[in-house]
Amino acid sequence: MKKVVTYPQMGDYNVPIYYLLTHILHCEVKKPLKISDRTVELGNKYSPTFVCMPFKYTLGTFLESLEDGANVLIQLGGGCRYGYYYALQQEIIKEQGYTFEFINLVTEGKSDIKKIIKEFRKIDSHFSILKSAYYLFITTKMIKYMDKIDHQIRKNIGFEQKKGEHLKLKQEMLTRFEQNKGYFHLFFTYLSYKRKFKKIKKNKENCLKVGIIGELYTIMEPFANYDLEIMLSQYGIEVTRFTNATYLLFQKKKRVKKYLKKVGKFSKNRLGADALDNVGRLVYLGEKGYDGAIHIKSSFCTPEIGVMPILRRVSEEYKIPLLFFSFDTNTSKVGIETRIEAFYDMIEMRKQNE
Amino acid sequence: MIVGIPRGLFYYYYGDLWTGFLDALGVSYILSEETNREIIDLGMHYATDEMCLSMKIYLGHIASLKGKCDTILVPRIDNYGTKNQTCTNFLAAFDIVRNLFSLEPLTYNINYEKMQTEEEAFKKIGKELGFEEESSLRAYHNALTSINYQRQKCISKNIESLRTEKVKVLVVGHPYNLHDAFIGKPILDFLKKNHVEIIDSNLFHENITEELGEKMQQGLYFKYSKNLMGSIALCLDKVDGIVFLTAFPCGIDSLVNEIAFRYLKIPHIEIVIDELDSMVGIETRLESFIDVLERNGGHEKSSDVSTNGRL
Repeated sequence: MKKVVTYPQMGDYNVPIYYLLTHILHCEVKKPLKISDRTVELGNKYSPTFVCMPFKYTLGTFLESLEDGANVLIQLGGGCRYGYYYALQQEIIKEQGYTFEFINLVTEGKSDIKKIIKEFRKIDSHFSILKSAYYLFITTKMIKYMDKIDHQIRKNIGFEQKKGEHLKLKQEMLTRFEQNKGYFHLFFTYLSYKRKFKKIKKNKENCLKVGIIGELYTIMEPFANYDLEIMLSQYGIEVTRFTNATYLLFQKKKRVKKYLKKVGKFSKNRLGADALDNVGRLVYLGEKGYDGAIHIKSSFCTPEIGVMPILRRVSEEYKIPLLFFSFDTNTSKVGIETRIEAFYDMIEMRKQNE
Repeated sequence: MIVGIPRGLFYYYYGDLWTGFLDALGVSYILSEETNREIIDLGMHYATDEMCLSMKIYLGHIASLKGKCDTILVPRIDNYGTKNQTCTNFLAAFDIVRNLFSLEPLTYNINYEKMQTEEEAFKKIGKELGFEEESSLRAYHNALTSINYQRQKCISKNIESLRTEKVKVLVVGHPYNLHDAFIGKPILDFLKKNHVEIIDSNLFHENITEELGEKMQQGLYFKYSKNLMGSIALCLDKVDGIVFLTAFPCGIDSLVNEIAFRYLKIPHIEIVIDELDSMVGIETRLESFIDVLERNGGHEKSSDVSTNGRL
């Protein structure tokens, strides 16, 4: 049987992952579809009642890809119950009558490189370690560049003179990244687009600044947070976000140590998953004098629920307004818009009073 | 100095060890009452509304102890090695309590990945209570021996009850749910009243259940869920039915129970309890479940008789 590999969808990161997989594997790679209402409906239908949202989204994506002919699924795992996803998803998909292989890259919160190589060898007998190391390097660089550009976009998108210019340019950049030929090509593409983004005309002065903290999947997949960043930018708010792939892959370990020293008053220990990071970030936002912070998570996310009382105290002590959002598959966008509007009015009034 | 011990979460795993330890040192302590409506209301007041019921009850216990004691024992259990993680609430409870109640609990931090063992934790508690290392170590080991002896007795009793002729039901759930006066006790009492032999999923040798759990489902890394999975594997062909008892919304159970369901061919029922549940609805469900079990049991016996008769 011909192998067709697929992976879960998250934000724009399907571009670097697609790039990596097409270059290291000698079989077909299927790009997952963008998450739509149908994905959510499918995922919702077969999921347990009180599982968190990423489970439903990734399951829905898998089912859609399987319908399209994929038969090798790649899933990750993390510090919370994310690591248990693959076991149940495997069973659920089996019940739907598909024949497939499931590759889990992270077990027990840690990834074992030997095991991963073994798994890849199983799908692709020509799998070469040296070649994949080279492309892995390029991919990590690509992710870093993407995150850097994204950071800039978030800062400026609310103030562009011609609407939609940033997003259009970003889409253009992503297509260029996808057709990338080697590291230097990537580097020069990045530089040229960095310049182009700088050239976009914007009128930005004395704006409101809001930080977004919370659970990683909800933050990084725009469908999961109902395009919260875009929604905020329409109010002319500069958005800062901390969680991105670069952070999770390369910076987390160092930062957590730093945060632990800084927030000892509120939390002396690690709190599981990204919970402690969020305390650290809120303290940072408070110290830097941000106008507000928004904490988003998927409902039933245990680590983030646990950290909420602590965040509330931080927000009281640093006098930074904090808005909590808990997203589920059937949250309505209108309700979110109303709350964001009220939040915006509040932080704006606060700023004027100062 | 009076140490407060909240009767929730950790207490059902390590409570006897703590009380034994404090007794041996001669430190006075106060245990919070069995869970009642008042404690639940207190917990609801302090907790975030999305927290699991067990956590809400735990916070209620702490609130009820406030003002009655000088310090409080809220452990932090990170892991027992990489393959034996615990629920993130177990990690965060310590800091949640510090922030919610402005209390400074005793330092009791277990993290085997960083070589912070249980022994170390007890040494630290002893030091904070003003005892020398040697005496707290002695107290810890004495308490541990007597606990192990008692646990051994409970385990043999549990295994003994697997051999009875009555309808046997394995009750799968975390001990802090099973033995809680609000969550589990009414259900266990109801089962007992209906002449069902209850097998406690937590009263088996941990090294056996751990291995069985790993065999049943690879890659489980939460210690307690792995043990529960192992207990299911152990009892699979020895019991008539399985009751899954869960507090709403337990993150790990939502996945692990679903995985377990797919292995089961015997009757099973999942009961999810939240703070508003009335016992009446649950009793109806349990009654029909017991009916199914009895009919199944009776069916087997009657078929035996008929074949015997024919022969």
